Amino acid sequence: MPLYLNDEQTMLRDTARDFVAEHAPVSHMRRLRDDKDAAGFSRDLWKSFAEMGFTGILIGEDAGGLGLGHVDAGIVLEEIGRNLSPSPFLTTAVAAVEALKGSAQANRWYPGILAGETVAALALDESAKHRDSVALKAERSGNGFRLSGKKQFVTHGHVADLIIVAARTAGSADDSNGITLFAVEKGAAGLTAEAERLADSSIAARLEFDNVELTADAVIGEVDAGRDPLGRLLAAGRTGASAELLGVGGGAMDMTVSYLKERKQFGVTIGSFQALQHRAAHLYSEMEVARAAVLKAQQLLDASDEKADPAVSVAKAMTALATTLSVQEGVQMHGGIGMTDEYDIGFYMKRARVLAEMFGDANFHADKLARAAGY
Amino acid sequence: MMTDLENFRAETRAWLEENCPAEMREPIRSEKDAVWGGRDQSMLSPAQKAWMDRMGARGWTVPDWPKAYGGGGLSPAETKTLREEMAKIRARNPLNSFGISMLGPALLKYGTEEQKLDYLPKIARGEIRWCQGYSEPNAGSDLASLATSAEDKGDHYLVNGQKVWTSYADKADWIFCLVRTDKTTKQGGISFVLFDMASEGVSTKPILLISGNSPFCETFFDNVKVPKSQRVHDENKGWDVAKYLLGHEREMISGMGLGAAGGNPLVDGAIATIGLDHDGRLADPLLRASIALFEVRSRAFGMMSERFIDELKAGRAHPAQPSMMKYYGTELNKNRHELMMAAGGSDALEWESERSSGGAGPRAWLRTKANSIEGGTSEVQLNIIAKRILDLPSN
Ligand SMILES: Cc1cc2nc3c(=O)[nH]c(=O)nc-3n(C[C@H](O)[C@H](O)[C@H](O)COP(=O)(O)OP(=O)(O)OC[C@H]3O[C@@H](n4cnc5c(N)ncnc54)[C@H](O)[C@@H]3O)c2cc1C
Repeated sequence: MPLYLNDEQTMLRDTARDFVAEHAPVSHMRRLRDDKDAAGFSRDLWKSFAEMGFTGILIGEDAGGLGLGHVDAGIVLEEIGRNLSPSPFLTTAVAAVEALKGSAQANRWYPGILAGETVAALALDESAKHRDSVALKAERSGNGFRLSGKKQFVTHGHVADLIIVAARTAGSADDSNGITLFAVEKGAAGLTAEAERLADSSIAARLEFDNVELTADAVIGEVDAGRDPLGRLLAAGRTGASAELLGVGGGAMDMTVSYLKERKQFGVTIGSFQALQHRAAHLYSEMEVARAAVLKAQQLLDASDEKADPAVSVAKAMTALATTLSVQEGVQMHGGIGMTDEYDIGFYMKRARVLAEMFGDANFHADKLARAAGY
Repeated sequence: MMTDLENFRAETRAWLEENCPAEMREPIRSEKDAVWGGRDQSMLSPAQKAWMDRMGARGWTVPDWPKAYGGGGLSPAETKTLREEMAKIRARNPLNSFGISMLGPALLKYGTEEQKLDYLPKIARGEIRWCQGYSEPNAGSDLASLATSAEDKGDHYLVNGQKVWTSYADKADWIFCLVRTDKTTKQGGISFVLFDMASEGVSTKPILLISGNSPFCETFFDNVKVPKSQRVHDENKGWDVAKYLLGHEREMISGMGLGAAGGNPLVDGAIATIGLDHDGRLADPLLRASIALFEVRSRAFGMMSERFIDELKAGRAHPAQPSMMKYYGTELNKNRHELMMAAGGSDALEWESERSSGGAGPRAWLRTKANSIEGGTSEVQLNIIAKRILDLPSN
């Protein structure tokens, strides 16, 4: 498969680009922030994502979705990133859909996701840095399970209808087996969410599970064999976050390059200064390389290729590096105005930082690659 | 039922298995180990010559060129398959050649039918070794300011002037050369000519490099007669050919550091000298981190190269994209060799010992420093990206 978008994907991109830019431009995010919106995103917008069919991109046609792949989901995510649109798309339509795929839980949750009524959150991290370890305990209790422990950095966790929780049913925190994935419904007794606004004005929750009782149905897939759905969830989430990062970095770069062509100092546009031209050209190169890495990871995932895993790590690390450069150069090259809240470029910097941290940062993924390569 | 491509893969595999000598499945150890072809083939080992000749006879030194011009006539998918099968057995490149990577594509685009039939098959079979006569003492980055003159003498030109940095000029059979046919305009007064380095009036003088090797020359032309039939494209239109060729040169240079599949000399080397700790990690954590982050970029760049080739084939690549590839690829390659030197420690410093294959490592490290100079410097590539891709204004 060639490493560029095919005709249908190009059409999808044009549709998504117009739709997101019209309905959820940066000003939409700014308004939610200024209004201190308690959800952190718009349910109406989520509905219209569903009307466009976007929420069913990764859901099979037999279940009423579009039956498309990660390349296509990434197309939508890139536009979300470019417009800094607050949206449950990544957690719900990408990561949760992948986790539920093929399980009995899919029938339960897909219709709501397709209708734009269900929002999913992912309860994975237990410390401030994403890790492979899982300590939150799920003990057998009657026919079901009882969950206790804490999770953090759970985006939309305070309002989500569905929370996917990685819990330990056997072994100790760092073991790779003995993990089970659970689908927890909104309002479960014993579950408390402490919502916190983050630097980018999105909202993530610290969740506390205090003997949360779940029936056996809540298990996604098999008990103790949660690495499977969790692996799918993570691969989809990481690849999706990479695509969103690409949008954030690309959006910031476009703003910066436009500014270089507009802003005059010393009687000329600042874009004619070679010192800035070279930095812009270097940034372009980093972003292009990152784009290739994202598309490769998406295609390998779609082909269920065994090389997908390292490619996903390359994509996540590379987009984090390139986009971090893009937002830093963006603020710097805008000069003083780049530091003002009124101007949008700073929003890109904040969003990039959050996405860089999500599902493992550049160091985490570089480390993962190094271990896999035996050093 | 096997598809045509599966059939092709199976046949190719069998043919390579039979025809690629064992010696040609070992990594190249030093610059001298590479095969360049040419009239003087005395430097080739029997295995090197056999490998070049067998591949050349099938047109597989230039698999995607038309058969009529000595190529293999393969489709893009077949070409890719051939490369994959070669990588699997770690087969060496049968022939390194400026003819293949630079002149050939320019002739395919701008040459007359006669020129194509005359030169291309010889390039494919490695019969002529070429050098590139672009740079002059006062025309490096500002290449179009070149002064070497070609005076119109009816059926031929009389060429006078000096070139510099001409790689392998002392070993080359022919030169592709930029000359000035009109002094009144800059880019519009340049012509592109080919001539035999054995012509009367051509002389070369080697230049020693920091790597201790001397593949470069100053090249002098004193009343060299060049038949007009050896001019490629119209008179005074040589700049078009030159730029097109530079695009291919940049592609070639950008890919140099990528290396074939299988094994990672950087990682293997670091493990061998530094060792692993109890957790199976490189015992120098800072070097490990540098290597790991380098590997992210390097693998991503490998994907970029794949994307670039796919886009080129589909006619979708931005015409200035080779500048980005050249810039990124060469800076990465320099980075890789810095890390290899750091990983090698004092072992990597030996310059003449047999153990170090005559200092192959440190010499290669020094050689890579030229990657971001030759074929247009990194700064020149960044200028091109800024102006032609990002459309930033000129001063
Ligand atoms: C190993 C090697 C092999 C080579 N092989 C060949 C060959 O086979 N044939 C051939 O014809 N030539 C060859 N060259 C020559 C090569 O193309 C030139 O060296 C190169 O184009 C740079 O020119 P220069 O050396 O004159 O440097 P200069 O042009 O003098 O540049 C000096 C410095 O100024 C910078 N600079 C110049 N102009 C600008 C600008 N506009 N903006 C910003 N910075 C600028 C450069 O980037 C560089 O850092 C080779 C060079 C090397 C090192």
